[in-house]
Amino acid sequence: MSDTSKTSLLALTPRTKQRNAAEKRFRAYGIAAIAVGLMMLMVLVTNIFSRGTGAFQQTFMTVNVELLESKLDKKGNRDLDDIKKVTTFGYNPLIRDAVVAKVEELGIQTDLKAKDLGGILSRNAVGQLREFVIANPDRIGETIEFRFLAQSRVDGYLKGRVHRASIGNDKSISPEQLDLVDQLVDAGVIVKTFNIDFITGADASDQRPEAAGIGVAMLGSLSMMFVVLGLALPIGVAASIYLEEFAPKNRLTDIIEVNISNLAAVPSIVFGILGLAVFINYLHLPTSAPLVGGLVLTLMTLPTIIISTRAALKAVPPSIRDAALGVGASKMQAVFHHVLPLAAPGILTGTIIGLAQALGETAPLLLIGMVGFIASNAPETLADGLLAPNSAMPAQIYEWAKRADPAFYERAWGGIIILLVFLVSMNTLAVILRRRFERRW
Amino acid sequence: MPTLWLVVSLLVLSAAGFVFGRQRAMSSAEGNAKELHSLPSYYGHNVAFTTLLPALGALAIWLLVQPMFIESRISQLIPEELAPDRQTLGLVMSDVGRVAEGLDVAIAKGALSADEAKSLRTELTDVRARLGEVGVALGADVRPEVLEAAQQYRVMSKTGNVLMAVFVAVLALGGFSWSYMQTHKDFRARNVVEKGILSLLILAASLAILTTIGIVLSMFFETINFFKLHNAADFFFGRTWAPNFRGDSELSILPLLWGTLYVSVIALLVAVPVGLFAAVYLSEYANNTVRAFAKPLLEILAGIPTIVYGLFALLTVGPLLVGTFGKGGFLGVEWMAGATSVLTAGVVMGIMLIPFVSSLSDDIINAVPQAMRDGSLGLGATRSETIRQVVLPAALPGIVGAILLAASRAIGETMIVVMGAGAIAKFSGNPLDSMTTITTRIVSQLTGDTDFASPETLVAFALGLSLFVLTLGLNVLALYIVRKYREQYE
Amino acid sequence: MNDMQFTDRAVDQKETKIAAHGVNVHYGEAHAIKDVNVEIEDKTVTAFIGPSGCGKSTFLRCLNRMNDTIDICNVTGNILLDGEDIYDKRVDPVQLRAKVGMVFQKPNPFPKTIYDNVAYGPRIHGLAKNKADMDEIVEKALRRGAIWDEVKDRLDKPGTGLSGGQQQRLCIARAVATEPEVLLMDEPCSALDPIATAQVEELIDELRTQYSVVIVTHSMQQAARVSQKTAFFHLGTLVEFGHTGQIFTNPEDPRTESYITGRIG
Repeated sequence: MSDTSKTSLLALTPRTKQRNAAEKRFRAYGIAAIAVGLMMLMVLVTNIFSRGTGAFQQTFMTVNVELLESKLDKKGNRDLDDIKKVTTFGYNPLIRDAVVAKVEELGIQTDLKAKDLGGILSRNAVGQLREFVIANPDRIGETIEFRFLAQSRVDGYLKGRVHRASIGNDKSISPEQLDLVDQLVDAGVIVKTFNIDFITGADASDQRPEAAGIGVAMLGSLSMMFVVLGLALPIGVAASIYLEEFAPKNRLTDIIEVNISNLAAVPSIVFGILGLAVFINYLHLPTSAPLVGGLVLTLMTLPTIIISTRAALKAVPPSIRDAALGVGASKMQAVFHHVLPLAAPGILTGTIIGLAQALGETAPLLLIGMVGFIASNAPETLADGLLAPNSAMPAQIYEWAKRADPAFYERAWGGIIILLVFLVSMNTLAVILRRRFERRW
Repeated sequence: MPTLWLVVSLLVLSAAGFVFGRQRAMSSAEGNAKELHSLPSYYGHNVAFTTLLPALGALAIWLLVQPMFIESRISQLIPEELAPDRQTLGLVMSDVGRVAEGLDVAIAKGALSADEAKSLRTELTDVRARLGEVGVALGADVRPEVLEAAQQYRVMSKTGNVLMAVFVAVLALGGFSWSYMQTHKDFRARNVVEKGILSLLILAASLAILTTIGIVLSMFFETINFFKLHNAADFFFGRTWAPNFRGDSELSILPLLWGTLYVSVIALLVAVPVGLFAAVYLSEYANNTVRAFAKPLLEILAGIPTIVYGLFALLTVGPLLVGTFGKGGFLGVEWMAGATSVLTAGVVMGIMLIPFVSSLSDDIINAVPQAMRDGSLGLGATRSETIRQVVLPAALPGIVGAILLAASRAIGETMIVVMGAGAIAKFSGNPLDSMTTITTRIVSQLTGDTDFASPETLVAFALGLSLFVLTLGLNVLALYIVRKYREQYE
Repeated sequence: MNDMQFTDRAVDQKETKIAAHGVNVHYGEAHAIKDVNVEIEDKTVTAFIGPSGCGKSTFLRCLNRMNDTIDICNVTGNILLDGEDIYDKRVDPVQLRAKVGMVFQKPNPFPKTIYDNVAYGPRIHGLAKNKADMDEIVEKALRRGAIWDEVKDRLDKPGTGLSGGQQQRLCIARAVATEPEVLLMDEPCSALDPIATAQVEELIDELRTQYSVVIVTHSMQQAARVSQKTAFFHLGTLVEFGHTGQIFTNPEDPRTESYITGRIG
């Protein structure tokens, strides 16, 4: 017998102590690894929310604009064509005067020139005013209260992004203007409030971050998802049914199977190249169209849907098929009447997860031109929704992230919040479906 | 849009086919459904499918083939001196396309009548100006040959479209009447319909193969075009990536490959230890509560879109690293110039890959039979000794496979490197340097103003093909290793 | 019963190696072992027999605290090894298992070489001073496992490449390499063919000279062939414990008799 037999079990040998210490260390590495992973998740989520929530609020200023007939309708005949001839440029003085009037009305002393006073409003204000006038030509001559967007520096000042110290070289804003803003905030004329336009609105040019919204890109994403759902679901289900229920075991089906699992791992950018080469260069489908995006994403999502559909079909026990065949149904009837309905919840879950994946995908959209394009108008018809150039949510976020003005970063983070809200709801729906209809055989 | 109308009328005809087919079957059985060979709806479906499917298939093929056919015919119209080589021919052809499109727009807007468009002559009209009026901008004045080709192009497309509509209509009506005539109570409608459905299923399944073929072909031909314009040796073995517009671009994949691999290695250095230890802890130590809580949370990281990680790299991690290693930073050193760097992209990509590595490894570790663990524990080994000396060595092939899959992911990842890695192609060992990758260059060469006849654009296809081959090779290898590994314990 | 042979062995009283008192085991809600008392002697083969699910394997796994690895398993009562409670808080199961080795139902060699399989235990417990020392330990263990002659030329080949019977003897060699005092065997022959079984049984008989061996088996013939003492378990209780010859020829409890004659099981 060796030495160990002499020792009492109750006393730990030094070696055991050493080994237990090593055990503890190893365990600690494991815990640390999980902690790192979870911490990263937390950092990511807090980062997104702390930097993105600002996008849902915007700074507005309320002024009374006198719609001077002398500027807007010189002939005084309220002819819409004449009124339309006045460009946004012609509206500038009205707005400038309105701000000046407001400042005077409040009795605020300032050395700023009228031009600088008008400058605290967004360039978007003129457009907003012109649209109103064209829609209501009969109101020319009245004085009407408007709520205009403040320009992005003022907005940034209220949100703490812009400070007096940081605007040394900034031509868009001066410390004097900020002093004025402080007084206007005190007077309740400038307020920061919830901004629905961010969610429903269109993108704006890179001069007007305060006016940019993600609504139109959301429609673009929605159109793409309809294309993906309409194509990938039926094709994916049909392919899975064939492979799972009918395919003979031969070389060809083997090749198809290997193919599908490899397609699932092809980098998404490659699908973008495919889309560019086939759909745009060869078939001459329009660039930037959600239809093309949808087609590319369909090809990308197909493997995911096929893999999960096959799993769902496989989970239906053979006894169900036997039972149907036993009462004289054809194989096709057995599959379509019995197996498919039973597998439907699983198929649906897989499809939703595939759609969620497609919704967040960006790289292929870059190549088919859904970036670099300002989605400024919502599509008017269904065909427009599919064929007219548009952006998509992730592409819009990328577009904002690329722009120079940091005011757009806030919008990019805000866009991510909206994107994540969609993804979380889709995944939750998938989980609920799975829980609700999960069947154990 | 005429295509859309064609499809709509096909659908209407097919719906009518269903109703009539069903009716005819019922009347042939004198209203007694039991007399029929198949259920009444099968007769309807038979007529509907025979009407719709061949016509729809023909339509799809026609739409695919017609552009190719017209293109080749039109390119013969272009005189040799205008397009001496393939590259200029491509340019001229895209001009032709643009002019033809411009004429269409002009007619649609009423700026030209259809006849005017046909009889337009460059000698008499400034076509560029006319088209400019309706918002179609052309780069240069239109040459007579190009205008003629464009007019010819319009004529051929129009004839083609008419022919297509006629052909499809004949096919649909033929299918309709043939299957309608066939409908009789003894007709085996179910068998025919099921055969039809089966062929549709097969068609759907082969789409996967078509996609792969499409991917390979779409990149293959353009890659060949690229190698006709650019030296293949420079692409594979050159040392510099420097595209320019003077026509002497150096386009070598090697510096890009270096950047790609560097970023991927850093990503794996982050993801593999963390993911592997997390998997070991979750599968060997954690109790059910911890597992039920930590596993899904970690997997959220895998569900976050890459654009989010890209933004995180660009706006959070990058500035953080600059704040540490950059000028006036926390360490007081000046090692980092901008927010984009190999490290920025690598770390963020590593975070993205953590759940990928951990869930794959988790599966693989769980596949190691419990008997192995029992054998080791029964000999008095501690858990960590068991894991390190028995479980992990046994799982090694599978884990290697998982890491290869993760590497393939890292190599093909686009958004994180586009936003985080930078745009400078170089060989550098400094992880704080901005470097560029294959995917980044594909994006930059194919976005913005692209000219598909220049090597600077076409190189993207060669890069794409290289990327595809690289990732496919890694995937096939990894799946093979993992499958072998699983067979060992089954 | 006629084909059963009882080797005439000295059944003189030996010192107690393991003493279990009032042992109860719960798997979550299920009560798997009910108040078991048993004394296992040194240098003796003790067989645990009983119908499947009777708790004999569970009880065996209590003896080297292998049940600790199962979260929901809860053991009460005390089990003394040489007079020391192995469930005492101060006892490290790792140290315990070095003294109480275990061989499992299915041969489970590690996917390593034959040499490394045997050297695994001594290595983790630090039993060898140098390479030569380790070689000696490995050879000694393989000889005791009665497999040395078959594998001495291929020590660097994987252990998984051996036949089932060889694998099990390798596992036994692996277990004895750490110089245990008690050897627990959980149905060691159930996955083996008759010839391999005979070899392993012969080996068990040899091991008796140095170790206290506890073997779980569902083969009564095997229990009769290899053991001196036999314990019969039924539905989690220890029904009868005594000399093997006596249990098989003259059982006291009617349940034991029913089992032995094949009426329950």
